[in-house]
Amino acid sequence: MPLPPFTDEHEELRQSIRRFVARELRPYSQQWEDERWFPNEVFHKLAAVGFLGLKYPEEYGGEGGDHLHDAVLIEELPRAGSGGVSAGIGGHIGIATPPIWKFGTEEQKQRFLVPAIQGEKIGALGITEPDAGSDVAAIRTLARRVDGGWVVNGSKTFITNGMRADFVVTAVKTTEEGGHHGISFLLLEKDMEGYSVSKKLEKMGWHASDTAELSFQDVFVPEENLLGEENRGFYLIMANFQWERLAMALGSVGSMQAILERTIEFALEREAFGRPIGKHQAIRHKIAEMAVKLESGRALTYDALRRFMQGEEPLREVTMAKLKTQRDCFEVADEALQIHGGAGYMKEYEIERVARDARLGPIGGGTDEIMKEILGKTYGL
Amino acid sequence: MATAETVLKPDFGSKRKHFIFTDEHDQLRESIRAFAQKELAPHAEEWEETTFPDWVFHRMGELGYLGLSYPEEYGGQGGDYYSNIVLAEEIGHANSGGLAMGIAVHTDMATPPILMFGTEEQKQRYLVPSIRGEKISCLGITEPDAGSDVAGIRTHAVRDNGEWVINGSKTYITNGHRADYIVLVTKTDPDAGYDGFTLFLVDMDLPGVVREKKLEKLGMHASDTALLAFNDVRVPDDAVLGEIGKGFYHIMWELQGERLIGAAGCVSGAQRAFDRTMQYALERKAFGREIGHFQVIRHKFAEMATKLEAARQLVYMTAWRFANGEYPVREISMAKLT
Repeated sequence: MPLPPFTDEHEELRQSIRRFVARELRPYSQQWEDERWFPNEVFHKLAAVGFLGLKYPEEYGGEGGDHLHDAVLIEELPRAGSGGVSAGIGGHIGIATPPIWKFGTEEQKQRFLVPAIQGEKIGALGITEPDAGSDVAAIRTLARRVDGGWVVNGSKTFITNGMRADFVVTAVKTTEEGGHHGISFLLLEKDMEGYSVSKKLEKMGWHASDTAELSFQDVFVPEENLLGEENRGFYLIMANFQWERLAMALGSVGSMQAILERTIEFALEREAFGRPIGKHQAIRHKIAEMAVKLESGRALTYDALRRFMQGEEPLREVTMAKLKTQRDCFEVADEALQIHGGAGYMKEYEIERVARDARLGPIGGGTDEIMKEILGKTYGL
Repeated sequence: MATAETVLKPDFGSKRKHFIFTDEHDQLRESIRAFAQKELAPHAEEWEETTFPDWVFHRMGELGYLGLSYPEEYGGQGGDYYSNIVLAEEIGHANSGGLAMGIAVHTDMATPPILMFGTEEQKQRYLVPSIRGEKISCLGITEPDAGSDVAGIRTHAVRDNGEWVINGSKTYITNGHRADYIVLVTKTDPDAGYDGFTLFLVDMDLPGVVREKKLEKLGMHASDTALLAFNDVRVPDDAVLGEIGKGFYHIMWELQGERLIGAAGCVSGAQRAFDRTMQYALERKAFGREIGHFQVIRHKFAEMATKLEAARQLVYMTAWRFANGEYPVREISMAKLT
């Protein structure tokens, strides 16, 4: 019986996603890692089977499902073995398109959401800057009011899909002071004059994803590209944070599951001192601890997910799920690496990649320290 | 379209109740908590010195708390498995780990095998009075030379003149001094391995049953813990609980329920420690402000809360599996380990 909040329907979807991942992604992950890029064709293939629009209404070309369907996809993607691929897809479906769906005008949905669901336009979310990360109120990119729109100057960094993005949901200051009441979101498009990718960034992990620094020099953005209300952009950010963090937790649960399965398989094959290493007590206990991290993370995450789906606003539960699973996933990957020994350190076993990829978890989407600040505040501390 | 107000609404109003619980469980929770706080907690200090008195069992029997999930025909409340989780969580408000353990041994370790494997006559004779709190039970597995290694048990029972004669010893037996009877694990066929164990229901006033010593412990001071000896204790055939030779499997079944209840109790204990510490951190001042407002302390709370919540969710998820007919040995072990 599937664990709540999932039902048999979700398990069927899970099986079909799993097959897709095994067929279309897994065989190419090493190549894409080496190339520091996965092809845009991946988006087309995902779109062809409806996976880019699972939670979106049919009128926009979506599948008419909800966040639970996305949750299944996010949990299964790590089986591709490439954090970069998960990140690129996640950036598109998990953080770039949801604000358009939630806050966009009908015209914006037709222009951006519909082609995004079809895999024809690729999206990115642009918030972080060289001098402002979790401290969103400190962003400097400025949009100056002009006739018919805004002129934008500034830069964004660590932008997933930044190289390939056709549009970037971009946070800008629309008042000189900026801050919580002076931020807006504009839809910047790659062919706008003055919009450029200033740098492709090299990273510790997530090699298959593209991560870029963007620069905006006197980019004119027309009125109709304002997303949501002017000066209310801060709330738009807050609106999707819960889902983004929940998605990260789900991704780590899926990742820990995949790592554990592979490690157990390895531990039962590899022999030392006359028996499979998994039959040695020290290894057995390591695997037991990894499994406890996985299942407690799953229990915590599914509870947050269930509450989220019920329309509660489970700030505390989501924050806890994000905090726990990201660190645990890295630790589980590190233990897997240890159990694999020399093989773990070698590229061909892909364990070192999993460990490198997992290290982003406690940083991205709000660091562990930020999660703890949020939790502390929910307790009035 | 979403607005600022809808997305920023704080979550503190959200219903915290987990989906496995109903309003009925909430009422039960409140009444057990009130009982524990009013009738038990005031004596907690004293009972650390003296161990808690037997009247706690009688009183809890009277209130129906000793048979929450047992069928009504045996005097139980006919509730579901989650009711036992509620009991394990709320009895913690007595502020006495020893008391909680003594009760849990009775309700979730010693008596469940009687309902599961016992004859009708055994249920009438042991289960019914146990649910009423008139008979107190204990469970005898561990021996001086065999603990988790259940298969290494030496206490044995042999046939003699149509009866069984039991010899051996058991240690770390919670409720061992006050118990009216023991659910005893013995070896009845030394050559049959796992198939050579049998459970017995043994009255503690039979000749040959010796309550040797009261054991002193690091904690759990309010519980009584005994070393027991069985010297040529003679019991009839109808003292056999379950099937002859199936004792090992019967007891493995029992251990699953026990561990999950233990885990639930731990989570609730940790929650109370957390709450109390939070209160302290908001009162105690250093360097001009409450220590809870320093970032390092705040982050400690965030970590504690996350550990606590993860463990709680693991327990609930496992309880759900258990109640839905799975036999989640792996998840129960995880819940206990966490």
